[in-house]
Amino acid sequence: MTNKDQIQETSTQRRRSASELRRENFHIMLRTLQLAWHAYAKDKAAVGALIFIGIIMILTIFAPYIAPHDPNEAVGTRGGLPGTDGLILGGDMEGRDLLSRLLWGGRIALLTGVAPTVAATCIAVFLGVVAGYIGGWIDQIIMRVLDVFFAFPLVLLAIVIAGSLDPGVSTLILSITIALVPYIARLVRTTTVSVKQEPYIEAARAGGATTPTILARYVLPNTLAPVIVYSTTLIGLMMVVASGLSFLGVGTQPPEADWGTMVSDGRAVLKKAPHASAFAGFMIVIVSLAFAFIGDGLRDALDPRARVR
Amino acid sequence: MSDSLVKVRSLVKHFKLEPKGLFDAPPVLRAVDGIDFDVQRGETLGLVGESGCGKSTTARLVLRLIEPTSGSITLDGVDVLATSKKELMALRREMQIVFQDPLSSLNPRMSVGTSIAEPLRFHRIADKVERFDLARRYLEIVGLSKDYYDRLPHEFSGGQNQRVAIARALILQPKLLILDEPVSALDVSIRAQVLRLLIDVQAEFGLTYIFISHDLSVVKRVCNRTAVLYLGKIVEIAESERLYREPLHPYSQALIRAIPEANPDGPRADSLAGIEGDVPSPVNPPQGCRFHTRCPHRMPVCTEKEPPLMEAGDGHKVACFLHQEAADHSDGQ
Repeated sequence: MTNKDQIQETSTQRRRSASELRRENFHIMLRTLQLAWHAYAKDKAAVGALIFIGIIMILTIFAPYIAPHDPNEAVGTRGGLPGTDGLILGGDMEGRDLLSRLLWGGRIALLTGVAPTVAATCIAVFLGVVAGYIGGWIDQIIMRVLDVFFAFPLVLLAIVIAGSLDPGVSTLILSITIALVPYIARLVRTTTVSVKQEPYIEAARAGGATTPTILARYVLPNTLAPVIVYSTTLIGLMMVVASGLSFLGVGTQPPEADWGTMVSDGRAVLKKAPHASAFAGFMIVIVSLAFAFIGDGLRDALDPRARVR
Repeated sequence: MSDSLVKVRSLVKHFKLEPKGLFDAPPVLRAVDGIDFDVQRGETLGLVGESGCGKSTTARLVLRLIEPTSGSITLDGVDVLATSKKELMALRREMQIVFQDPLSSLNPRMSVGTSIAEPLRFHRIADKVERFDLARRYLEIVGLSKDYYDRLPHEFSGGQNQRVAIARALILQPKLLILDEPVSALDVSIRAQVLRLLIDVQAEFGLTYIFISHDLSVVKRVCNRTAVLYLGKIVEIAESERLYREPLHPYSQALIRAIPEANPDGPRADSLAGIEGDVPSPVNPPQGCRFHTRCPHRMPVCTEKEPPLMEAGDGHKVACFLHQEAADHSDGQ
């Protein structure tokens, strides 16, 4: 009522203000991104890792066009060393082109690393924020149930869940997601509890904000940063776990190409043709390391205080 | 007394602490233990006392950010404690707060302009263009450039952030503004400017202030009346000028004597002249008068009975047995 009376503007003024607001908002967004990138770019390893992951993603997405051969067809001698039969990386123990299999296998490896982490993060953020902000018996119920999952080692839990379902990529994603939720939820809850005590939350309450507004505009943005950092570093780890599950036979099934199964297949001919396992294993290590570096860079990029004008 | 904006009656807040053993009764922290005061329209009431005496708790109780154990609070005739959620929402427009630490009272990921406009958004006042214009206008009212709309709090100094926090509190045009140590976290050079701003906007918007501070020299400058708190109780309340000239309660006397003076020939400022020891724990306050453990004028009655807050003339109230039978007793000091 009274506040609105303070502003009595003509339509021209209003139009001018509206365009200024749009410009201002665009400016805020642009500057936020700029500052974030500036902070991120200071970490050279993180920039390198980001470029590397970008290249790997493009290569694997376009695998059908890039791959020189069908990944599941024998085109060369069994266990052929790199260069033989015109195969750049050689062949595996079935004589299939290793390069093509690496490219195709990267799709599943990246998918089984990224998808469960993203899914688990979404679920965990919801559970953790609710538990941490509301507290009381809701907190107790959510966290005690998650503690039950916590009692089992992550990999073991994933194996149990995957083993009780039909093996396949979706089983792989589902089992890792379930096993991962408690780890992220616990971090989200801790962060939420500390954010909840910040004076700006009390200031918002005094200003008349309702709980949903506070959660969406104050708690969530300030909780998300450490969670995104943590989850990014987990992507690499989950790739390793997914490869491990495939290695054990509860994940992707042969002959489908996947870095995990490739390591497992190559094991049989490790002495004769070590490259069959080595290339896939090397990719798993490098890519998961790259995700860890990206996580490190995001830590600085997402902290508004670390950004210097 | 008909023109009181705020009336606080026997307000009590006890915090239950974690029990020591599994089957022990939880210890109770008596943060605010029965206080009464009125705030007149347009005046500035100071609340002073050492840390832990219940100043900030009182502020949060008045705003109903925390629920009191008992007592009553009315704002402009409306019972603050009996309101429904919807009514509380309307009531929140009438009273706002400025906190001590300006940086942490602003969302670090929100531009200061957006932060200022937030209360309008909460109350669904004005559309986003109008909110934008209002936020920029209030930036100018508190002495900042409207071009600062897109800045983040960490890009500002403490004084600038406190101006932003003041703008955010003012934008709803409240009647009552609670200032919880508004200048304590600021550099001395900035304090005067922010105090000047607070005095200016009080005149401009016809605001009523509750000014909380442990710094008595600041309170002396801005407050019409001052209440001295000790362990969750008001021990003395009077016109500031009168309180500073002739404090009656031994605790007030000690506090006021401890203000450093810029006069080398004047009395030396001691830490808390004539008072020994520390503030007792509010979990287990002393029997009788709460101040008797440290009082230089302790009498036998002080350890047995709690002195009520009694009129000592001209609205000057004091809770001390030294001043109970005012006329025939010679002053303790």
